[in-house]
Amino acid sequence: MINILTTLLPVQKGSVKIAGYDLEKEPEMVRESIGIVFQELTLDRDMTVREILEYHGRLYSMPKAVREERIDELLGLVELEGKRDTLTRHLSGGMKRRLEIARGLMTRPNVLFLDEPTIGLDPQTRIRIWDYVKDINHEGTTIFLTTHYMDEADQLSNRISIIDHGKIVVTGSPWELKNALGQDLIYLETSDNWSASDLLKKLESVKEVREKSKGIIIMVNVDGTRLLPEIMDKLRNGGIKIRAVNLKKPSMDDVFVHYTGRELRDTGTEKG
Amino acid sequence: MHTGFLTIYWRDMLRFVRFKTLLFTSLVQPALWLAFFGIAMSNNFERLTATLPATPGVRTIGYLTFIGAGVIAMTTLFTSLFGGTVLLFDKNWGLMRETLSSPLPRIHIIIGIGLSAMTKSLIQATVIMGFGLLLGVQFFEGYTPAQLIFSLFGIMLFIGAFSLGFLFLSAAIAITMESPEGMQAVITLLTMPFFFTSNALYPANSFPPLLRALSTVNPLTHLVSGIRYFAIGSDFSSIGLRYTYTQGEVLVSFLALLTFAAIMFLIARWRFTKVTVT
Repeated sequence: MINILTTLLPVQKGSVKIAGYDLEKEPEMVRESIGIVFQELTLDRDMTVREILEYHGRLYSMPKAVREERIDELLGLVELEGKRDTLTRHLSGGMKRRLEIARGLMTRPNVLFLDEPTIGLDPQTRIRIWDYVKDINHEGTTIFLTTHYMDEADQLSNRISIIDHGKIVVTGSPWELKNALGQDLIYLETSDNWSASDLLKKLESVKEVREKSKGIIIMVNVDGTRLLPEIMDKLRNGGIKIRAVNLKKPSMDDVFVHYTGRELRDTGTEKG
Repeated sequence: MHTGFLTIYWRDMLRFVRFKTLLFTSLVQPALWLAFFGIAMSNNFERLTATLPATPGVRTIGYLTFIGAGVIAMTTLFTSLFGGTVLLFDKNWGLMRETLSSPLPRIHIIIGIGLSAMTKSLIQATVIMGFGLLLGVQFFEGYTPAQLIFSLFGIMLFIGAFSLGFLFLSAAIAITMESPEGMQAVITLLTMPFFFTSNALYPANSFPPLLRALSTVNPLTHLVSGIRYFAIGSDFSSIGLRYTYTQGEVLVSFLALLTFAAIMFLIARWRFTKVTVT
């Protein structure tokens, strides 16, 4: 998908507008207005940090003075000033990523595409990259980010689309998506899950009940901590034994599972 | 004018200068050809042809001088044919995605790489010529400074046109192939017929008709003829054979190289429009 949006592959179906330009009719204009950080590292190992940015600036015909100013500015932003003349082969994974982000920003794009920018990075580096992404976003660059990490999507996005088998199944802000699942999620394991779910569906404050392999998940519209005793009473009165209870706020992981009906380990899904 | 090709050129030259080993071997290898193959063969040929009567009034040159031009041409052929490999690596390592998703027209990639391969070839040719003169290659004998400059200019023009042609061919192969091993095999296969159906190491006059026809359309033959014309002269004899080049013949040779380069450019451009890098 990123390959199509960034003009590397032709559009097959539908139409796309990026930064106001039609992808099919004005690919040149789209190229001028976007920056891309690819999923795999695409840095020439035999060029220095400065040369990587220099090359990129020249590809986009930036004047020399502007290039130099931008390089200084961006190396400051991603904290690579000290590595200016280091070959990229000697950089750590996190530094390479930061350099790529700097490269993506070199031309002051209106839209920056980040294709799974934190894949394979350690937690500290990940959080630092998130900070840069937030800063860049606050400065007015639209960021299009794909990720398999739900916490990443939750932390960084204003708007999330969940894509399953190439189709957008839901779009909304993290808050909207999580709230759509109810205020709380209650997980129960009982002696008779089927009757339990039947019984609970009748409760007004229960939004939906889903059966899982060992238990049931109850999405509730009200404060779960208050509702839980009522649910337990109801089940006990119905002669159903409760083996395990868990109460939590819905996370983006739950949203994902809810809309795709699958666990995260399944492949072929993308989030933006 | 869009000068995007200069960006591609700059990056490729940066890498050329940075890889000291590659730079060093690319300059030493042709020198070794001259030093070992040239001197060994030259001693044999001198012995065999010593008994042949020299054509009166025609300058006779040694075999080392004869293949001096051949070694320059051969080096240019190899450098240019392998020059496109960088595109294959760029493609396989995802580096080309950056370039292809930028506003730079694709044709500039071909032109930029072509010019950098040409520069490399010219540097190599200069080094070999210098080394050859040290070893006793009799180039530019009795030339006035003006003639020398004119001859060097002519040689550079020939090498430039030739290296562009083969670089475009190499680029077209590189962008089409998937693996470096495959590319290596194809190029090694290609160099054989080009090299051995040319007049680089031995005269083509005594080839059987088919080989001779191949030799006539072989760009390497035209390059070698051009270099000999400018570096040795229009009338000389070597290994018992007399060589004459008229200005018209040399012009035809140059036009042949330009035509070859133009055709290869069109092929490379066509291959580049087909490429999708993901």
